[in-house]
Amino acid sequence: MTKVLTNRFDLKGGACDIDVYLKTGGYQALARTFKDFTPDQVIEEVKKSALRGRGGAGFPTGMKWGFVPKESKRPKYVVCNADESEPGTGKDRDLMRYDPHLLIEGMIIAAYALGARDNYIYIRGEYWYIKEILEKAIAQAYERGYLGKNVLGSGFECNLYVHPGAGAYICGEETALLESLEGKRGHPRLKPPFPAVVGLYGGPTIVNNVETLAAVPWIIQNGGEAYKALGTEKSGGTKLFTVSGHVNRPGNYEVAMGYPLMSMVNNECGGIPGGRKLKAIIPGGSSVPIITAEEAEKVNLDYESMGTVGSMLGSGGVIVMDETVDIFETTMNVTHFYKHESCGWCTPCREGTRWLFKVFERMHRYEGRPGDVELLYDLADKILGKSFCPLGDAAAMPVQSAIQKFRDDFDRRIKSTLVQINTAAD
Amino acid sequence: MFSEANEKKLDEIMTHYPVKRSAILPALYIAQDEHGYVTDDDIRYLAKRLDMRINEVEEVVTFYTMYSRKPIGKYKLQVCRTLSCMLMGAEQITEHISHRLGCGIGETTPDGKFTLQEVECLGYCDLAPVLQVNFDYHEKVTSESVDKVIDGLQQK
Repeated sequence: MTKVLTNRFDLKGGACDIDVYLKTGGYQALARTFKDFTPDQVIEEVKKSALRGRGGAGFPTGMKWGFVPKESKRPKYVVCNADESEPGTGKDRDLMRYDPHLLIEGMIIAAYALGARDNYIYIRGEYWYIKEILEKAIAQAYERGYLGKNVLGSGFECNLYVHPGAGAYICGEETALLESLEGKRGHPRLKPPFPAVVGLYGGPTIVNNVETLAAVPWIIQNGGEAYKALGTEKSGGTKLFTVSGHVNRPGNYEVAMGYPLMSMVNNECGGIPGGRKLKAIIPGGSSVPIITAEEAEKVNLDYESMGTVGSMLGSGGVIVMDETVDIFETTMNVTHFYKHESCGWCTPCREGTRWLFKVFERMHRYEGRPGDVELLYDLADKILGKSFCPLGDAAAMPVQSAIQKFRDDFDRRIKSTLVQINTAAD
Repeated sequence: MFSEANEKKLDEIMTHYPVKRSAILPALYIAQDEHGYVTDDDIRYLAKRLDMRINEVEEVVTFYTMYSRKPIGKYKLQVCRTLSCMLMGAEQITEHISHRLGCGIGETTPDGKFTLQEVECLGYCDLAPVLQVNFDYHEKVTSESVDKVIDGLQQK
């Protein structure tokens, strides 16, 4: 299979050094960009590739770039979202620690296409050592003239800085990320205006995930059509998936879009330990609806196929759960996460996630009241689509899908009427 | 206010942004590095340095989980509690550490050496369960491997 992103993974830390990167074809796409492409042609090529945002939303990248106005009084920015914090996802971590120059090269090409001089990588604070890897790689890129006042003699000035976050899931939401980069609390902004028009410091800004930007050099080198052809009609290219949970070989695997989910589980990941049976999979990070073992059998790893079973490809964080798992417990775990990470800005999410967790706690003690399962579902409904940003949806969807598909695990937590009568008699 | 080296570092960081305030998150890491936590003096100093109001600094500090407003242990032991780590036995790891150090979740040992915390997803899902010690990671930890880590830190 053609690899776009993980060609240098086997070198492990080796590709962090610019000489190794150069020897293995690095920065050739950048040189080609200046030689053969106008900024508009770069955007056209990315549009042809059918590359979609790899952070979770799956928005077409070329289209996003196309929204940036050509003329702008304020400076434009390219910001890389390296705040990877969707539970189940650790792919950008490996992309950055094994091949930092690939991201840097992708960012320089994007900056050239959009006319951005100063650019930022916003990395989660917990990835501190990766921040240091990136900073070293950036320093090397400056030394060799890939960054700085006159990139490769083209006259284009490009600067790149790494900015650390400090432990807030919400900062993975692009407008909250920009607020955070401006030195404020990470509260999301009202959209529109979208960042492409009014973003960082009020200037047109493109925020792209690490994996999205890392695919750009390959697209420039091999053409948008070739990239698209690696995947399916609507989901171009390859994607990096993090598989975790109950598999023999958890890890990060790059496969072509449209690869069957169970082939990933059984081949790449060596199946489920101890010969146990599969119970459920969360296919795209904890925010997306859970799917059953039967659904997992018929679904492929691409945006459209995931939609057919009512779930989403999301960030590509595949969490595998075997038959020993109680879906009530796992759903309570992710609800705790969203309760903790709700930024507090809007009422449905701030209050809703707390109410959800309260009901979960009661049921956890096997003290659920009749109607509590319906109450959970209804509470989630009061959040879904009604919160200021998608964090609310991310909290609601796992709860609703888990109840729909694994109702038994929830019903078990309800005190039966009989027990209640006995307790009353005591 | 900070050491000379750290003042220089902050000066350099401030050149990355068109507005001073953008440097607040990196600046708070520097403060924490110097004093172990973010002190009242740090907040006053950074407000002045970055053209912010004191309450603006305070609201940033309290929003982000990686800053502490009170003294914590020299080694922050953080066990990820989110789904993938939970599936791989994170709870037992936390219990084991808690038992061994005689210290509850969120507490610091009397000698001021360790603080035990449960944290949300650290991005090491495929290498679960994961323990973070300050800025270092320990992947696929077991009770035995955690014991070795703690043994090592206790000798330091």
